[in-house]
Amino acid sequence: MAVAPINKIIECSTVDGPGLRTSVFVQKCNIHCLYCHNPETQNLCVNCGKCVSSCPVLALSIKNGKVIWNKDICVSCDTCISVCPFHASPKVVYRSAEDVYSEIKKNLGFIRGITVSGGECSLYPDFLTELFNLAKKDGLTCLMDSNGMVEYSLYPDLMKVTDGVMLDIKSWDNDIYTRLVGFSNDIVKKNLAYLDSINKIEELRIVVVDSYVDSFACIDGIASTIQKENIPTTKLKLIRFRKNGVKGELSNHPSPTLETMQKLKDYAVSKGFKNIEIR
Amino acid sequence: MDYTKQIYDTITSKKLTYEQKLKNLANIAENELDVLPIPEKTKYYFSTGAINDLFEGHAPYRPRYIMPDYEKYLKNGSEFLRVKPAKNMDEAIFALMMIYHHVPSITSFPVFLGSLDYLLEPYADGLSDEEIKSKLRLFLTFLDRTIDDSFCHANLGPKETRVGNLILEVEEELQDTVPNLTIKYDQDITPDAFMEKAIGCSLKCSNPAICNDKANVNNYKGGYGISSCYNILPIAGGSYTLTRVTLTKLANETNDIEKFINEVLPECLSCIADYENERIRFLVEKSNFFESNFLVKEGLISKNRFVPMFGVTGLAECVNTLLKDKGLKYGHDKEADDLGVRIMDKIEKTVSTFHALYTPLTDNHFMLHAQVGLDSDLGVTSGVRIPVGDEPESFLDHLRHSARYHCYFPAGVGDIFPIADNVKQNPSALLDIVKGAFNLGMHYMSFYSANTDLVRITGYLVKRSEMEKFDNNQAVIKQTTHLGSPNYKVNNLKERKVRMG
Repeated sequence: MAVAPINKIIECSTVDGPGLRTSVFVQKCNIHCLYCHNPETQNLCVNCGKCVSSCPVLALSIKNGKVIWNKDICVSCDTCISVCPFHASPKVVYRSAEDVYSEIKKNLGFIRGITVSGGECSLYPDFLTELFNLAKKDGLTCLMDSNGMVEYSLYPDLMKVTDGVMLDIKSWDNDIYTRLVGFSNDIVKKNLAYLDSINKIEELRIVVVDSYVDSFACIDGIASTIQKENIPTTKLKLIRFRKNGVKGELSNHPSPTLETMQKLKDYAVSKGFKNIEIR
Repeated sequence: MDYTKQIYDTITSKKLTYEQKLKNLANIAENELDVLPIPEKTKYYFSTGAINDLFEGHAPYRPRYIMPDYEKYLKNGSEFLRVKPAKNMDEAIFALMMIYHHVPSITSFPVFLGSLDYLLEPYADGLSDEEIKSKLRLFLTFLDRTIDDSFCHANLGPKETRVGNLILEVEEELQDTVPNLTIKYDQDITPDAFMEKAIGCSLKCSNPAICNDKANVNNYKGGYGISSCYNILPIAGGSYTLTRVTLTKLANETNDIEKFINEVLPECLSCIADYENERIRFLVEKSNFFESNFLVKEGLISKNRFVPMFGVTGLAECVNTLLKDKGLKYGHDKEADDLGVRIMDKIEKTVSTFHALYTPLTDNHFMLHAQVGLDSDLGVTSGVRIPVGDEPESFLDHLRHSARYHCYFPAGVGDIFPIADNVKQNPSALLDIVKGAFNLGMHYMSFYSANTDLVRITGYLVKRSEMEKFDNNQAVIKQTTHLGSPNYKVNNLKERKVRMG
């Protein structure tokens, strides 16, 4: 029985793929993007206890060296998250795939699928495989929202039950990528080609940040990696950087102009993309 | 209030337009008559507020809601109006504009304008989209500026039509409160893309609302339409009258649940049935409406297709009052919701035993209707809704709750949900919600975007900007702004829980 640290489950999500979906957010990420807008999902709690004394309603306590969260008292003010020095959350609970699915199952009849996001969902391939197998039995579609830093081809069982991956491309040049997230992007490129070959790209995303992201090169890179005949149908999502929730060096960085976004879109069109969305 | 003072205040008001004064004066005059025999017990329930006839007036001289057969009218024309059968879209639109002016109702404005898409589609051939849209723009703007009251409803669907699509496009541009629009939706008939467009439109201009066609299509032989504030009524007929039981107030009669269900409730319901029958009797036997009105003479409505609506409101507070010792709440606790169902079962069963006069269409049965409220309803929650501020955390739980209670109301019931602004980008998600809710048995729902100017009050639309003007003692064109403004404040409507954020 596989478990994963769960940050939260959103019953009715409208922004994590087609139609109405329940979204599961796992905790912990294997990279640290400068523009991460939910940095509290990056790390696991180290039980330092700093949040305990800051909780205004005393929903947090320490027992046997572990931070305990009392869900019933919590008022979701997120003070704990804002004071955490480790980009973590005390509200994370380890849950089995079965347990998580029992919560999702209630929404059958309304949702057409589920999306697992994070954090980075591909850090928990066994959990995902179990969860998706359960969801498939009820006819739900299963999507991964992923940064592509874990090699998918090593997990054929997972890929079999995954309907698609919403893959972050972030940037194309390795140096730029490394500056943005702290690691190299070789695996992302490999995953891009692999997902394209098995027809499981749900969408490709570029977060556009002025002077931090080589967006045009990204579009070129994608167009030269995926099969030519797939370019018109592959969904490309161009996301305007927004500083909401961002901590650190980009916390006051401006959003790109709408003109910039339109130029990028026009460029993508010139490269043969037809399914483009600006967000 | 003293009769002459009422007249004087109306005549000298700064907040009323000329037409609004005229109508108020007519109401004051009508209410000076005393032609309905009302027993003491009924008077008592009127005095406690448990019975409310929604300002219908003391001497009914027209049915409350009239649903003319506009299709027949366009086809045959009208001798009385000297209008010929319509041969093209301009003639059809002008013919409709002419007849709307002559359709009586409780508000003195037409509460039902017909299925505009189906009515105009036959005239669309040979016209470009832009030509049709330009005609629709003028037509709809005319309706908004001359029908000064948003209890006025047009219908769309369930089939997709070219005109239906164009109406949605023009609606989005105009951002008006009239007509209120409802789309009849049947998953097996209405294409997804058309519905997504309708839902997208509703997130931009709060119109159309959505009616579960499958659940309502067999309510009346010969077809139905949606009028005013979610009233589901027979086409070519309508509703004689509507009186409601305000359960909020009735629950104050006793603390004893069994006594409430077995004695108080049936007694009050029976008073309402008798009262409505007296209204029908006067209307049919004395007022000469059905003997003199051209709509009847020309077969556009028929007495045989009128029904009385039996209103129910305030179930939430009723349940909460009866269970106050246990501290249980409607919409949250199973025992409370089960009691709500028990009360509704009792109402349904009791009302089905009453004989409604002159109502052959439904075998002389009254039709239950979840009444949405009045401006004066302080602390009375519409129909069977969950009170604002008390909504369950989970949107889906809220919908499941609604589905449990909608089935009791063939003459209309509905819920209103403000939706997070970003859902505009994914209307298919909201369509999934509608499909799920309708499959569970919800009958009717409407959405508006959390930060739009057009707000749904109890069912009708009001512009926030117009409410502000009215609150600053300026005259405004829509009578419904007078009702909406106090309701919006008193019932804390801005606190409605925003969904899908």
